[in-house]
Amino acid sequence: MTEFLQHLVNGLSVGTIYALIALGYTMVYGVLKLINFAHGDVYMVGAFAGLYIARGLGVDQEPSLAKAGIVFVGSILVCAALGVAIERFAYRPLRQRARLTALITAIGVSFLLEYGFQLPPIINGEVPFPPGPTPRFFPEPFARVDYEPFGVHISNYDIVSLVVAVGFMFALQYIVYRTKFGTAMRAVSFDSSVAGLMGINVNRVIVWTFAIGSGLAAAAAILVAGSRPSINPLLGLLPGIKAFVAAVFGGIGNVQGAMVGGLILGLAEENVAGYLLSSYRDGIAFALLIIILLLRPEGLFGRVQAEKV
Amino acid sequence: MSAAAENAPKPESESTTRGWGDTCLDVKKVTMQFGGLKALSEFDLSLEPGELVGLIGPNGAGKTTAFNAITGVYAPTFGDVTVCGHRVNGQRPHQICGHGIARTFQNIRLFKELTALDNVRVACHAGRKSGFLASFLRTRGFLEDEARITKRALDYLGVMGLARVRDERAKNLPYGEQRRLEIARALATGPKILCLDEPAAGMNASEKVALMELIRKIRDDFKLAILVIEHDMRLVMGISERLVVLDHGVTIARGKPEQVRKDPKVIEAYLGDSYLEEKHIAIPAKSSESVLDAAPAPEEPPVKEVQP
Amino acid sequence: MSFSRILLRSLLPLLIGIPILWAFNGELSSSADIILMVAGINVILAVSLNVVNGFTGQFSIGHAGFMAVGAYTAAKITVATNSIEIVGLPTEVSNQVIFFIALVAGMIMAALMGLLVGMPSLRLRGDYLAIVTLGFNEIIRVIIENTEFLGQATGISGLPRRSNLIWVGVGALVTVLMARRLVGSTHGRALLAIREDEVAAEAMGVDTTGYKVRAFVISSAFAGLAGGLLVHLIQLCTPRSFTFVKSIEVVVMVVLGGMGSVTGSIVAALVLTFALEGLRDAQQYRMVMYSILLIVLMLTRPEGIFGTREIWDWLPKLRKRVSS
Repeated sequence: MTEFLQHLVNGLSVGTIYALIALGYTMVYGVLKLINFAHGDVYMVGAFAGLYIARGLGVDQEPSLAKAGIVFVGSILVCAALGVAIERFAYRPLRQRARLTALITAIGVSFLLEYGFQLPPIINGEVPFPPGPTPRFFPEPFARVDYEPFGVHISNYDIVSLVVAVGFMFALQYIVYRTKFGTAMRAVSFDSSVAGLMGINVNRVIVWTFAIGSGLAAAAAILVAGSRPSINPLLGLLPGIKAFVAAVFGGIGNVQGAMVGGLILGLAEENVAGYLLSSYRDGIAFALLIIILLLRPEGLFGRVQAEKV
Repeated sequence: MSAAAENAPKPESESTTRGWGDTCLDVKKVTMQFGGLKALSEFDLSLEPGELVGLIGPNGAGKTTAFNAITGVYAPTFGDVTVCGHRVNGQRPHQICGHGIARTFQNIRLFKELTALDNVRVACHAGRKSGFLASFLRTRGFLEDEARITKRALDYLGVMGLARVRDERAKNLPYGEQRRLEIARALATGPKILCLDEPAAGMNASEKVALMELIRKIRDDFKLAILVIEHDMRLVMGISERLVVLDHGVTIARGKPEQVRKDPKVIEAYLGDSYLEEKHIAIPAKSSESVLDAAPAPEEPPVKEVQP
Repeated sequence: MSFSRILLRSLLPLLIGIPILWAFNGELSSSADIILMVAGINVILAVSLNVVNGFTGQFSIGHAGFMAVGAYTAAKITVATNSIEIVGLPTEVSNQVIFFIALVAGMIMAALMGLLVGMPSLRLRGDYLAIVTLGFNEIIRVIIENTEFLGQATGISGLPRRSNLIWVGVGALVTVLMARRLVGSTHGRALLAIREDEVAAEAMGVDTTGYKVRAFVISSAFAGLAGGLLVHLIQLCTPRSFTFVKSIEVVVMVVLGGMGSVTGSIVAALVLTFALEGLRDAQQYRMVMYSILLIVLMLTRPEGIFGTREIWDWLPKLRKRVSS
């Protein structure tokens, strides 16, 4: 029983992180019909942004909750800005072109971030910029405390991470389904030209979508950095792919689908790795991908798009 | 009331056939439902070779949906489609095309970067005898195939008067030629039934007259059954032997053109039941987009019949 | 035309090419040899990917996965037949025959993989192929790294250097011939039609799914050939040679050259191979420059250098002779 609960807790922990990242993929796909390959790398930038801010504030010498908060918010803002910049300079000029073109550009941006961060330093310092390929360590923003309710290992980091992640998910749910902006976003994802004709400022919706999605990715990165402090420029690769699979699983373009998909992936990974073979943990995501593409390609919550001829 | 009985849609009792063969298209009670929207309700149609039938109705009536259901782009939610004796429900469009039905598209869908010749040659692809591998080895069978396909394509280009633009990329052709190319391409699949979706859209008056002639000629030369969707009333009344009228997916009238144009349900569908009140709308008599020929001038009293 | 004349015309390019390659083989310096072979392998990769991405307009980004299938198949056969000789033939010739068998086996396995991967995914919307091929590339890597039989992460080493200018040259020649002949045939036109407008192609009687799968299978087969040739050049078969990064390198070549242009793929493959050599000292900047190149290319000239044209669109007389 304890084992089951442990896997449940771990699975939810990991799952909420996947969900936060998956939301970025799904929202961008919804409004632009673009697979934003660079999203996983925005997650990575979030981790590094947090690192630089934390070092700037001297978190490793004097950790405090206030500083942790600043690191968190600061990283979110940096990534939101990054997401907006990427959309503005790399994707927007290609709106009228074939989708393939934007897809290739997204891959280009992804590689630019991954390998750009591995370049030799331009600005020197204890952690230089670019940070280079060697792993860096995220300082502890506050002291780690471990609990063991019902025999289940859980730390205050895990609790904070879960609470914040779930809180963000609820907030996003509210925004998308209960506010004017959310309705506008959904309108744009149904038909952007008609939405524009109805008076919606499509560009603004898209910019905010990127900002929110990227911000969520940064939040996820900071939450993870507490328990997994080693970060490197390829940090976003695996979580990015997995979160993307989660988004596809739930139905790409569907916000609830991304959340559910992320949680399912997290739980599946934990349980399969825990009860069966741990070395195949990373393969679970692909197994899920194959299953959903074979059985229900539009995803759990997706709708089949009939093409108008 | 006799008018009501007259106007109720009824199965084909007056056929306009020439005795060129058995029914080649049989559409029975086809319904297309997309979620909550019924785009097409219980659509019935029967065609024999040589018939020229017009499918009309206001925008959004379900005409192109009917085409799509017949040619396999959509699988009918209910109902049956039989092409030349084969029941084709749920088959893929290329299979249905193989049974003998071809179509053009409302918004021209040519292979833009390919030449006119290549556009038509693609349609001749189904008649090939050699396989993939043979094309690598360039066997004699393959070379013969290619020669046959090219000749056939050139013939169809000639029929539509496009022989001199054979090497032009489709995207560079003027609009009228593009429309004709689409028809040539559809013809090249060797169909028994040809479905034309607004073939005259965007053409001027003289081009439309030429097109009418061409359609009749194709029907005669190739012994086809032709189904035409058109908005230009003069064109479709002039060319069709009988009409089927759709509105919101429902068949509201069918019969010979003279009957249909007088049918009040048809007039109401096109002009709305507030037509009688909207006297400030003057529909120009000679416009190629005219809905039902010349409408009376605003001052005249409401009419029950539309004068040609 | 008589059968023998047709056969002659069909094989003419090979009959001319092989002696030329034979003459050069062994005459060049070792490093020139290697660069040319790498260039040749890249030509095979770019042209074969072009069949799917360029001619058929699909988006496959997992080409390296099929390379891996071909490479490992060929490598395993070479290792297994290490001490075997074909009766009656001198050792050297026997080895060459075995090499040929290994390469062909690699192509067949890669083609089968292409069938397995392509059939379910080509039924779906365009984006999905990208997802599936990316996933496939990664899955292959994960499987290899976890399978002892395939040498796991360390791979299979000590392979004999069986690739030479002749093998790679012939491979490249056959690939280019395949692509050119395909596109100039009715089957090729069917693929182009699918690229231009899949709905219309289907309406005109083209079995779009069937043809997309065929293109995918052919493309995968030749990726397998490239893989087999590569591992017998670097004499090592590890998953590191077949990562997603390699797939993207090939995508860059195809996009740079122009999707739909065989000439473009050849030129881009050659240019990028030699440029990479020149940048050997700046290895870490290589990927950054690739990515900037990609982005700039997409923003300014997404159709690549040649677009959908071939070299003889500018030399009409040559084109008439070749296409007859």
